[in-house]
Amino acid sequence: MKIVEAIVKPFKLDEVKEALTKAGVQGMTVEEVKGFGRQKGHTELYRGAEYSVDFLPKVKIQILVPDDRAEKVVDVITRSAKTGKIGDGKIFVAPVEEVIRIRTGEKGEEAI
Amino acid sequence: MSFAKRLLRVASLTLSLGVVLLSASHAQEAGAPSEAVNIEAPAARAPTGEAKKEDPAAQPVQFTVALLEQIGSAKVAMDTMWTLIAGMLVFFMNLGFASVESGLCRAKNTVTILAKNFIVFAAASIAFLVIGWGLMFGDGNLLFGTQGLWFVGGADNSPATGDAYKGVYSSINWTGVPLWTKFFFQLVFAGTAATIVSGAVAERIKFGSFYIFSFLMVGLIYPVVGHWIWGGGWAAKLGMFDFAGSTVVHSVGGWAALTGAMVLGPRIGKYGKDGKVLPLPGHNIALATLGVFVLWFGWFGFNPGSTMAADAGAIGRIAVATNTAAAASAISASMTAWLLLRKPDLTMILNGALAGLVAITAPCAFVSIQSSLLIGLVAGVLVVLSVLFFDKIKIDDPVGAISVHLVCGIFGTLCVGLFAQDQFTPNTTGNGLLFGGGAGLLLAQLAGILGVGGFVFVASLVSWKILAATVGIRVSPEEELEGLDVGEHGNIAYPDFVSVTARGSSIVSASATPETSAAVAARELSKGAI
Repeated sequence: MKIVEAIVKPFKLDEVKEALTKAGVQGMTVEEVKGFGRQKGHTELYRGAEYSVDFLPKVKIQILVPDDRAEKVVDVITRSAKTGKIGDGKIFVAPVEEVIRIRTGEKGEEAI
Repeated sequence: MSFAKRLLRVASLTLSLGVVLLSASHAQEAGAPSEAVNIEAPAARAPTGEAKKEDPAAQPVQFTVALLEQIGSAKVAMDTMWTLIAGMLVFFMNLGFASVESGLCRAKNTVTILAKNFIVFAAASIAFLVIGWGLMFGDGNLLFGTQGLWFVGGADNSPATGDAYKGVYSSINWTGVPLWTKFFFQLVFAGTAATIVSGAVAERIKFGSFYIFSFLMVGLIYPVVGHWIWGGGWAAKLGMFDFAGSTVVHSVGGWAALTGAMVLGPRIGKYGKDGKVLPLPGHNIALATLGVFVLWFGWFGFNPGSTMAADAGAIGRIAVATNTAAAASAISASMTAWLLLRKPDLTMILNGALAGLVAITAPCAFVSIQSSLLIGLVAGVLVVLSVLFFDKIKIDDPVGAISVHLVCGIFGTLCVGLFAQDQFTPNTTGNGLLFGGGAGLLLAQLAGILGVGGFVFVASLVSWKILAATVGIRVSPEEELEGLDVGEHGNIAYPDFVSVTARGSSIVSASATPETSAAVAARELSKGAI
């Protein structure tokens, strides 16, 4: 099993969610996060004091998938989250040791 | 009762009232004729099939003592109603202050800022009741009142005015409203002065110290100054005029705010190495904006209400002068911010509107509408420059209170000396410098400003120093970084929301140097002392 974590632009969330559910993904978790990548922000003024806008609001989506589905899910996310502009985000894929469904106690791929 | 009969009764009542008022407006002589004429109550007259239009000229009304007393008490009633309603508008400004201040500060300090704004009015209410009113308006010497000091208990026969007034609050005998109405109206002004301070000392002051200072402010500092200008003291005798309190309220609050900010020192992370100014943005600009709207609204009680009379000739004009200055200063502040800071920073525009309101507070009854426009335009520019200036000299004022209230309060007071025209409130100010009255008025204004400035600066400085040495006025660095809400009150303002800003870091960081406000905070903490 793999956990796929995708950090995407907030306004892309609905599109990504629709694409994932169409692709057969049955659940996901979403967090509001802030982040930045290689590109530095620009400077602004607040009451005359200069600051740079580094951390930008993003959304992090977590999905658990069986190993054989990981590549497909990554592809779906990439296509639906992409704008072609700076700050589109990143996707991380990591192995997962165990999954448990709390209600029934099911484990492993049954619990996805 | 049928609808037709109800309508008829209302029509008769209205017409009778119209007759009385029309006759009153035609009355020239005050002499009471020897025989009484009854104005029939409408109920005594059997309603006829149609309402007859009465011709006032055909039925001359004779002026009896009873009628004059009726008219007199109607005037007192209207004056009282207006003064009280205006006072309630000024009370409502406390909501405005609370919103502006908490909106322009960080979420982790919301509770403590609101607590300060809340308790300051309660403290002001009691302090002014116990001693403040007496010191301010009691008959006494050139510096403070000595009679009727405690609990507004002095002899008084308000609403009698002028020579008919027999009591110990002679300085305020010019207004024909009862004593408690006078007290209520003046109380809300005292509360305004005290709450100004809380903005400049926000985010690092101990709640308890501010609590105590508020009593000192309204129990001593404010009333003494008030006595000088409105209580028949030396400034009044010198011919200084401050209609609704640019000096009495706003610069008094401003001086105390300045000394508070000076003694407290800046917030952790505000000023970096080599004079870098770091932003600590407010957490709710929406709330701040609503707050300024409320303040603008409340000012329609602050300025026109200071006539303490339902003076139809004056209160509308004063309201328009007030509004014109606020609108002009909002616009000029927006332009100044746009030019100087690349973008029209809303927090500067908000300060801008307030600047015009403060500046017009002293002159509003004495100047033309065109003058108020000019006064507002200048105030808006002044406040933006002032905010930048105080940051340059490292006096940390989270909400711009010093720039709005002190700087523009002084400016507005001087404007009386420049723009006053005798025609608006005859036989008071005379004409100012720009209208051929010479420099006398301006010099009197200057004298008042300097005297008040000197006194309030010293008195408030001493108060802060004593508090600092005894109970302490600044929270610990750890508490300041955590946020005062938990440390001072054990409350969290928004417990349902996860706060991103811990330890001073947030979405912002300074750009030119790698130093962030969090880095400054860490450095200050490791030094072990603030």
